[in-house]
Amino acid sequence: MKRILAAVTMLLWTQAASAEEMRMAVTTSFDNSGLADVLLPAIKTDLDLDLRLLVVGTGQALRLGEAGDVDAVLVHSKAAEEKFVAEGHGTHRREIMYNDFVFVGPNADPAVIADATSAADAVQRIEAAKAPFVSRGDDSGTHKAEKKIWASAGLDSAAFGDWYRPVGAGMGAALNTAAGMNAYIVADRASWLNFGNKGDLGLLYSGDPALFNQYALLPVNPDKNANIRNDLAMKLEAWLTSPRAAELINGYKINGEALFVFNATP
Amino acid sequence: MVDIWEGLSAAFWLIVHFDAELWEISLRSLRVTLTALVIASAIAIPLGTYLAVQRFRYRRFTISMINALMGLPPVVVGLVVYILLSRSGPFGVLNLLFTPTAMIIAQVIIITPVIASIAHQSMRELWAEYHDLLISLNTSKWQRILTLVRDGRRNLLTAALAGFGRAIGEVGAIMIVGGNIDHVTRVLTTAIALETGKGDFALALGLGFVLIGLAIVVNLAIHTLSRTEREGQW
Amino acid sequence: MVSSLFPLKLQDVAVRRQGKRIIGPIDLVLNPHGPTIVIGPNGSGKTTLLRVMHGIERINDGSVTWTAPDPSKHAFVFQSPIVLRRSVAENLAYPLRLLKTPAGQIRETVGYWLDRIGLASGQNSPATRLSGGERQKLAIARALVRKPDVLFLDEPCANLDGHATREIETLLQEIAAAGTQLVMATHDMGQARRLAHNLVFMLDGKIHETGPAKTKFSAPQTEALAAFLRGDIVT
Repeated sequence: MKRILAAVTMLLWTQAASAEEMRMAVTTSFDNSGLADVLLPAIKTDLDLDLRLLVVGTGQALRLGEAGDVDAVLVHSKAAEEKFVAEGHGTHRREIMYNDFVFVGPNADPAVIADATSAADAVQRIEAAKAPFVSRGDDSGTHKAEKKIWASAGLDSAAFGDWYRPVGAGMGAALNTAAGMNAYIVADRASWLNFGNKGDLGLLYSGDPALFNQYALLPVNPDKNANIRNDLAMKLEAWLTSPRAAELINGYKINGEALFVFNATP
Repeated sequence: MVDIWEGLSAAFWLIVHFDAELWEISLRSLRVTLTALVIASAIAIPLGTYLAVQRFRYRRFTISMINALMGLPPVVVGLVVYILLSRSGPFGVLNLLFTPTAMIIAQVIIITPVIASIAHQSMRELWAEYHDLLISLNTSKWQRILTLVRDGRRNLLTAALAGFGRAIGEVGAIMIVGGNIDHVTRVLTTAIALETGKGDFALALGLGFVLIGLAIVVNLAIHTLSRTEREGQW
Repeated sequence: MVSSLFPLKLQDVAVRRQGKRIIGPIDLVLNPHGPTIVIGPNGSGKTTLLRVMHGIERINDGSVTWTAPDPSKHAFVFQSPIVLRRSVAENLAYPLRLLKTPAGQIRETVGYWLDRIGLASGQNSPATRLSGGERQKLAIARALVRKPDVLFLDEPCANLDGHATREIETLLQEIAAAGTQLVMATHDMGQARRLAHNLVFMLDGKIHETGPAKTKFSAPQTEALAAFLRGDIVT
């Protein structure tokens, strides 16, 4: 009995030694895209760096950076990012790549947004039809982008009736809700393509430049505490803006569709 | 609606293929939860027993507190532990956030009241049974506690297993303090949440079945190792 | 053999619970040279009196004084036997383990009592599986492993059949003959006559009459005791 316990203990508590580690908070939409599965092994090979991803919403990602609990943040919400840097939480903001948001909704398309001429036109059609619409409602980058679209159409999402349903959840959970209610939703293209529970939903509208979704890297200010690995964050930044990263990012495809466009300036 | 069978077959293939990642997160789930269970039991069992044998001024209040703490939402525990362990928090220098240790701390806080409360209930019954004899034999407080713990061990095991059940299936707190980092703090429950978020219900369900299987195996193993079933009535 | 614990003095003892008098006032000097039997109707306070003497019942007034106080020198057997959820042998070993008695001595004492109460063959089975009579024999033996000078027994045969009662009476007579002072409550008058050396008759929480058993059974002084011995209902 003692020997069994010892064996179980050994099995459970033995851990392999590892390379250098840094932590980066990223948004769920980035993680759901699957791009991380391509980038992380390459980073490990090229830099001998174990990049630990904390997958959270943009709001929480920035909070983790503010608290100094991560070494870098990779999010997609320009205004919030600039505020983060201005308040001294991050050393600077470096644009890496973009993808785009898409309008997803029931294939029957009761608001006929497939014929929309712009993103603003699409949301006006949804509002006019009072068609069920699921909003992330969690202050994430995607949520902020969605609110911007409503605003650009001259509409105030706070004043909507109960066809507008903020669920306060991550991208995947919100997509699950939309699939369950057969509702419209704004999602990032990557999350949508990787989503496994599409139900009766389809991609109805995309392509307006207003829907472009810029990702930027924010190295956390190392003055916050002694544990922040700014050196590793800088190494990562150099790698993420290198031709090697460009090749991997531009070459990442789901069902033959490219998801991200590398746009870092050297 | 995803078929339950799809989940079962996902679980089956994961196990049959001896999926390395599944193996890793299952072991981590066990490691975190069993460690938390040992620590929580070491606190809760003597505490629950002490509350059964000792009368003191704030005893009722303490028992009510423990019962109330059983209902603590794990997310709140997670947030509090996060704030304490954050690098900008009071214990930031320990650098424990987003480690399995942080997850263990959160789980200990969640399950200690559960184990203490159930332990107290059963120890109170046993104490009522033993009270006169132990008083008559002029036992010390410590001897009373030891006797109750020894003779009530089967009930205490039930209490501990209730704690184990709550810990192994917990997701809210460990998601916050562990961060669900691949290869570091990802465990079965956080992986299930992740796969659900991706809409991969079959895989999430499969992992759920693996979790249930794991819990059953641990329950059976603990019962067998402690040989309680062979001892007849107790 | 007379114990150095005696005489035991109870002075002006009273026990009240929730404002209700359970026993008292009681003045009693106990200095027995044979079994003391406490009799009286249900609710007259026999159990409480024994518990007060043994020191496991809080008293509200008065004092209980042993000549040479030593709690390990008196033991108690309860009306419904309390058995530990352990094996028969471990039940007997338990009081000795509390005193950190050496293992060899424990083994010897336990072995002796297992033989004496006829439970040696089942010594490793759970004590909770024993019959009522076996449980009570076990409880008595467990009370005796520390070799007490005084053994209190609270109606030990109340729930037992005739056969078990006879076995226990025989055991009690043997240990009384070996010098242990018995103080036993009973409502079985036959048992009282068979065992008693001294008699204490309780009524309504007080000691109504006490004295040597021989004279008290044949010539009770009070009408209440006479009536009780006749089998009349006394309150």
